[in-house]
Parts: sequence; C-alpha cells; structure tokens
Amino acid sequence: MSRPSTIIEEAWRANDPNRIFQATPYARFLGISIDVVDDAYVCHLAFRDEHIGNPLLPALHGGVTGALLESAAIFHLVWDLNSTSIPTTINMSIDYLRPGRPVDTYASGVVTKQGRRVSNVRVEAWQGARDKPIAAAHGHFLLVSDADA
Amino acid sequence: MSESHVSPASSYVAMAERFASVVPHVAAMGIEVVTASIAKATLKLPWQAKLVGNHDEGFLHGGAITTLIDSASGLAVFLALEKPPSIATLDLRINYLRPPSQREAVIAEAECYRLTRNIAFVRAFAHHGDLEKPIANSSSTFMLGSPGRPLARGREGDAS
Repeated sequence: MSRPSTIIEEAWRANDPNRIFQATPYARFLGISIDVVDDAYVCHLAFRDEHIGNPLLPALHGGVTGALLESAAIFHLVWDLNSTSIPTTINMSIDYLRPGRPVDTYASGVVTKQGRRVSNVRVEAWQGARDKPIAAAHGHFLLVSDADA
Repeated sequence: MSESHVSPASSYVAMAERFASVVPHVAAMGIEVVTASIAKATLKLPWQAKLVGNHDEGFLHGGAITTLIDSASGLAVFLALEKPPSIATLDLRINYLRPPSQREAVIAEAECYRLTRNIAFVRAFAHHGDLEKPIANSSSTFMLGSPGRPLARGREGDAS
C-alpha cells in the first residue's frame, strides 16, 4: 500500500528533497543524501568503511548497493511524479555489473511506466564514470493502498 | 555437492560466525547467525531504530531486508564449497510479500541449491519466525572467484 507522508509534504513545502532522507533513519544510517548534478537530482551514498561486504577486494556489500538503488527508485517515484505518498516496493531485480569500490556511489533513475496502481522504475548506480554503472535495477511499486486496489 | 564435502556440523556454524564477524557491513547491521549447515544459512537481523524506513510506522527499510537476504545467500554459497573462493553477487531478485511487523527481528533462510564451475544459484525466504508467513523471498546468482582473481577450481561435472 502507499502511505501519505507528512515528511514528504514538508519536503515539498520547503522544495528540499534532502528532508526526506534526513527524516529516514535507515538513509541516515547508510549516509544517503541528494545532490544536484546537471540540474537533476541524484542520490549520493557517502562511502563509509562499514559499507564493505568483501574486505579482501575491498568491495561494497551488495545489500548496500541494493538499498541505494531502492531508495533512488522510491525517490524518483515521489519527486518526479509530484507525489506526497510513499509507494510500496513490490519487487526489485538488481544486476551487479562491476565491483563497488570503496568510494562514493551515486544513483539515479527513470519512471519507465506509470500505471494507475503500479509503476515500473529503472535505476542505475555508478561511481567514477556514469557510463560505467556498478549496478542496474528495475522494480515494481504499488501506488495505491491494498485496501483500495 | 560432492560426498567429500561433509564436515562436522559445528564447523559450518563456526564458519558462519567467522563470516558474520569479518564482513564489516554484516557486523555494522548487527546480523547474527541462527544456524548453518552444508549449503544452508539462517541469519537474524534484530529490529533496530536506525534501520527503519519510515519513522512514522517503524517498519524496517526494504534495503535492510535486501542486505540480510544477500548476506544469508552469499553465506549459503560459502557453505556449499569445500574451499570457498571470493564470491560476487551477479543478480538478486527480491519480492516483498507482506509488510514486516513493527519492531520485530527478521530471519532469512538461504539455500544454495545448484553449484556449477562458475556460478552458484540461491533461493531465500525472510520471515518473523514462521516460514509459512514469509515477508520476502528471493532468487539470486553468485559468481565464484572475484574479478581480477583466478576462479576457484570448479566442482566436478559442471561447466558454465
């Protein structure tokens, strides 16, 4: 189900999407915020040692990259569609394309299909070069409450 | 899995405990080992305020559940191998089947059900203690041996 959110309403009133991430405990735990790159909003994961999943390489934990991609997908659904509700994730398919190096990671995406009840979103995560993504994902999100559907 | 790969039950648990302590993000999330056996791992993520996605409602963020499932799945691959190489997640598909309960630990059970020379296939379920009421399931694949490093010697019979 999607749920109305006072946090998102406040972020809209202030025209500051970072308020959403500042008010989300898990986003603060990981260190996700919003940057403006080429006039577009991009999710930014500031690297921390505790993001490492493979200490030998070292490489980011796949779950951290997945969480960044899911956060970016939900952000685009809210902000690009002028919504004040939090959509519910139905599923996510994440492809890991390159090892995530121990540096900052960025993620951005597009709403591929906006249906009345369900949206499809595609997102990519990159580090140095945007044309060399470390991961790509697509997901389905429920925009209405299960009780309404 | 080959017949030669049978170790005392305690060695699987010891290996899982080592995994949970040496992987920085698993330790940072407070993920604990519940059980471990050949090609199977069960991990627990205690509910923590810092992992909540929407503070109005107290639900764990989907990303935290993804991390728990990815960790259990990777560990199941390690526990399927005689000499575990470095592994990398190739892809992970997760379905969120029902909302997690507020302020409850999540348990993830993963099984590596197919192993080839290069690739491991894993399925996993996440629940609150009742496998009949899963909150998420997943299907994932892992590459054995990390980029830039020699791949581990393959298991007999499979080429992929």
